[in-house]
Formats: sequence, structure tokens, C-alpha cells
Amino acid sequence: MSERPRPRIAVVVFPGSNDDRDAALALASLGADPQLVWHAEPALPDVAAVVLPGGFSYGDYLRCGAIARFAPVMDAVSRFAAEGGLVLGICNGFQVLCEAGLLPGALRPNASLSFVCRDVPVSVERADTPFTSRCEPGQRLTVPVKHGEGCYFADGRLLAHLEANGQIALRYEDNPNGSIGDVAGIVSEAGNVFGLMPHPEHAVDRLLGSSDGALVLGSLVDAAREHALAPA
Amino acid sequence: MKATVLVRPKPGILDPQGEAVESSLRQLGFAVEGARIGRVVDLELEDGDPEHARAELERMCEQLLANPLIESYEISVAPR
Repeated sequence: MSERPRPRIAVVVFPGSNDDRDAALALASLGADPQLVWHAEPALPDVAAVVLPGGFSYGDYLRCGAIARFAPVMDAVSRFAAEGGLVLGICNGFQVLCEAGLLPGALRPNASLSFVCRDVPVSVERADTPFTSRCEPGQRLTVPVKHGEGCYFADGRLLAHLEANGQIALRYEDNPNGSIGDVAGIVSEAGNVFGLMPHPEHAVDRLLGSSDGALVLGSLVDAAREHALAPA
Repeated sequence: MKATVLVRPKPGILDPQGEAVESSLRQLGFAVEGARIGRVVDLELEDGDPEHARAELERMCEQLLANPLIESYEISVAPR
């Protein structure tokens, strides 16, 4: 059997991103062809998915993600998402997606006020998304978090809406930051945008403690490959 | 024209910074029953018309200075 095609996946680099290369390495190891895309680019290259990586874009000034949302490339990312393109935001990328209105809710300083940096168990609530298809429903994943502002907030109405729609794809088993509803990751209503605080790109090799993150990124690579092969 | 925007966490939104400051003030012996921490943005506007400036400030708050889901804001325009 010939080697499977490597779908191109953009990894956006903002000033202050610091997990862009880890994300690119992880995606490459899982069979994708990652393309680093600088924030000042007005357009995306021809890609099957986009990843907004972790870090401290624009120094996290004002609110985390608040400035990054005005990066020139974000208009292209918003259009890509509106057309059904797959977009994954990790940590700071999740914050950017919320600030940009591509995902509902907001991320606030951790309830403990402490920066948390450790492996956390999360349970897979939805295994039927393009980001979790390699997981089993209810499966426990061990993935690291490292953030100071990962406390997910949605008001009562929004949270009820997210629950009813099944948009809470990942939940903390041992909530590290005070997130409402133990939310660790949510998908958009259309299901093509996913944001999570834990870092799957830091858990793709057992040498580093866990390879559960590969299930998330591998799911994205699978979905991107299908997307790339689908007739336009 | 000068203007000031006060951005506050909405009531009911957890404010761990405020809680930390409250407990520190208590440790200092102050009788404090609550502290909430927001942010002040002082602006220098080209605008000369207070009404127009106020409308512009409203848009600035909605689009960038505050996150309406979690924060409220208060605008004041300095008298000329």
C-alpha cells in the first residue's frame, strides 16, 4: 500500500506564540504536512485545517486573545471557519477563538490565581467530532495543562445551551482552574471549530508521560485528510 | 478630549484577584468585606464633540476594551 497523503495543516504563529513548533512537530509525526503561517499574512495557504497554537500572543495584553483576534490572518481564519473549515485552538488558541466569537464563552484567570502546569485527566464527552474521532466515548485522556487563565465561563443560559447541544466535548475529571461545568474543551455549534485548554501537542510520545494527545491531533489529521481528498 | 473607561468584572463573575486582595487587606487588619478588580483605560481622543465621542467610546468598549460576556464598563468624558 502506498503511503497515505499528508494533509496540509496551517499552524498560525502570532508574536508570543510558543507552542507553534511543538504543534507542527506533533502534526508531522502524525502524518500531516504542517505549514507555519505568520500572523501578518492576509490569506491562508491552501490547507485542509488550521491550528491556533498555545503561547502568549501579543503579550496577552488587555485580555488573553483580545489583540490576536485583530491579526490580519484572523479574517482569513474566520472565513475558513465560516465555510466549514476545521479549526483547532489550543490554550491561547482557544482564548483567541473565544475572543474572536468563533467559539462561545470566555476564559478568565484561574480560580486559584495560580498558574497550573501538570498532567490532568479529561474525559471524552463527544467522540463523534473531527477532533475526537480516534477516542472512545467516556475515555479518559491524560494531557498536560499549563495556563494562568483557563477558567472557562459561560452564563447559565449559554451553559445550558452548550449542554443541550452536546458542545462540551472534553471535561476535566479533576478541575484544575475553576471552569464552569468542568469544561476543558468545546466545539462550535456546527462542529468544525474546537478549542481546548489542555495541550495535546505535548502528549504525543510516551517518553514525555502520555501519548493521549495523539488521539486528538490524529483525529484532526484523519479529518483533514478526508477533507483534502474530498472533491471540491 | 480626554475620556476614561472603567471596566469591571460583572457581578457574579468570579474575581480571584479581588479575593486575593481582599484577604491581604484583612491580613493587614482592614475591615474589608469585598474587593473587585477591574481596569482603567485613559484615552486621548481627536474628537471635539462629546456626544459623538461617547458613541465612539461605546463601540470601543463593545469591540475591544471590554468583553461584554464577563465585563461591564462605564464611560466618562472629561468636560472641556
